[in-house]
Amino acid sequence: MSEGGAFSRPGARFDRILGAVVWLAAGGIAAVLIWITGDTLQRGLSEVDIAFLTTEPTDAGRRGGIVSVVVSTLMILAVTLTAAVPLALGTAVFLADVSARWSAAAAVVRWSLDVLAAVPSIVFGLFGNALFCVVLGLGYSILSGGLTLACMVLPVMIRTAEQALRSVPAELRMNAAALGLRRTARLWHIEFPAAVPGMAAGLVLGIGRALAETAALIFTAGYATRMPTSVMDSGRALSVHVYELAMNVPMGDRRAAATATILMILVLCITSAASSLLHRRRIFRRSEA
Amino acid sequence: MIRTESLSVRYGSRTVVRDVSLRLRCGRITAIVGPSGCGKTSFLLALNRMIDLVPGAAVAGRVLFQDVDVFDRRNSIAELRRRVGMIFQKPVPFPLSIRANIQLGLKEHGVRNRRDREAMMEQVLRDVGLWDEVSDRLDCLATKLSGGQQQRLCLARALALDPDVLLLDEPCSALDPVAAACVEKLITELSRNRAIAIVTHNLAQARRIADDLAVFWVRDGSGTVIAQGTAEEIFSRPPCPTVSDYLSGRTG
Ligand SMILES: Nc1ncnc2c1ncn2[C@@H]1O[C@H](COP(=O)(O)OP(=O)(O)OP(=O)(O)O)[C@@H](O)[C@H]1O
Ligand SMILES: [Mg+2]
Repeated sequence: MSEGGAFSRPGARFDRILGAVVWLAAGGIAAVLIWITGDTLQRGLSEVDIAFLTTEPTDAGRRGGIVSVVVSTLMILAVTLTAAVPLALGTAVFLADVSARWSAAAAVVRWSLDVLAAVPSIVFGLFGNALFCVVLGLGYSILSGGLTLACMVLPVMIRTAEQALRSVPAELRMNAAALGLRRTARLWHIEFPAAVPGMAAGLVLGIGRALAETAALIFTAGYATRMPTSVMDSGRALSVHVYELAMNVPMGDRRAAATATILMILVLCITSAASSLLHRRRIFRRSEA
Repeated sequence: MIRTESLSVRYGSRTVVRDVSLRLRCGRITAIVGPSGCGKTSFLLALNRMIDLVPGAAVAGRVLFQDVDVFDRRNSIAELRRRVGMIFQKPVPFPLSIRANIQLGLKEHGVRNRRDREAMMEQVLRDVGLWDEVSDRLDCLATKLSGGQQQRLCLARALALDPDVLLLDEPCSALDPVAAACVEKLITELSRNRAIAIVTHNLAQARRIADDLAVFWVRDGSGTVIAQGTAEEIFSRPPCPTVSDYLSGRTG
């Protein structure tokens, strides 16, 4: 401690080591991300042009573009969110708020969610095929695919929404109740708005998982490359298109990389749009006047 | 207007308020004093059933609001809480605009007309002496206000519903002497046609504004009332040494 100056303390070196480790970890993560993005862009970007974005694929995807695939992807995502978001909100409210008096029921729901979260997506594909395509008679369709994905993203969306609701300070709830606000009013005006940032995270995770999914969609939404005209048509998602081009179409790699580029840009756009939309103060203002 | 009959409050197995029979009368201010942790807040929470929201809390005895048992299942809790307003010890504005903070309750209790709501909002903000400070930023977040401003906002928020009974848990704890004097004056005015209970650690304040006084004290591990009556009577002739020591500032 003699050479270290008046303020040096024995533990200071550990602080520095910990700092270095933390920076290394964070830097490593950033490097992996940059590498993946850079590699995909470098191989795919040269193939992307206006025609690629505006024409339908031909010759198994080797020529033409991917417009119908993008449209199918967006439609599948829309079905997924339409089904999953209300269900997730309802269940999250049940788990966070109502379940105090129904702890056995809540335990069953939680347990089911944990199991559901651990199920491999290929199993979801087989299940979705059996239930939506066959039993409910929806066939290979965007609707079947979207509903299957909804089952898949529910656990993460419910858990994040529940966490977000639970982290709303109890004092807010008490203050709202003290003004004679009923439970629904409390939820709608106070707890949901306060929980929105946390819920946005769950939504983004769910969207990310849905856009990334391949296995579950092959058995449910199918892989027709035609432009879908309704949710009852079969439609090929971007991730399925990437898989097909890379694995089953000889000479398809460059097109696969180009499609992957578009998929990444889409993920980036949708997730940042979703989070900025939800973070906007507008939501907080709703209860004004 | 509101009275309790041997009211007890329990958290789990621990009784923190035991056998309190107290009456809050219309047109009078009842000061509730006593050392920290003796159950003043718990007592207030039972009066408008806020205690229902505290996990593990249970109540025994009766609370009668205008001779109706408030724990009767047939009565609307929302309406009870509108008519028996409450300000918490720690002010918590909603993370909404100042305007929304005040108008939310009004809207929920059926004031449909926007102009009416605006007028009522201005009135209560003037009452608590906040209007001049915030009238040009009603759309700003209420959580950005200072602690004292938040406390007055919460008071205004409760006043907007025009309650018959007001339960105030240390409403002046975060206020400077000028704002505190303004709130005290307001409380005195409000008490003309209301029953008001005010918890305070400030005995000088109790002496200034209280008509009635209740002294809480911990006996055998739970809080109970050891003296009650008109403020004048208790301050001038304390019924026991504990009370006289506390009121003269020697203990507590
Ligand atoms: N939610 C709760 N769960 C369990 N115990 C509690 C709870 N709230 C309060 N208590 C206990 O009950 C007793 C009375 O608390 P209370 O808040 O009513 O006191 P108080 O008189 O308001 O004190 P202060 O003057 O400090 O505000 C305290 O000992 C406290 O620890
Ligand atoms: Mg208290």
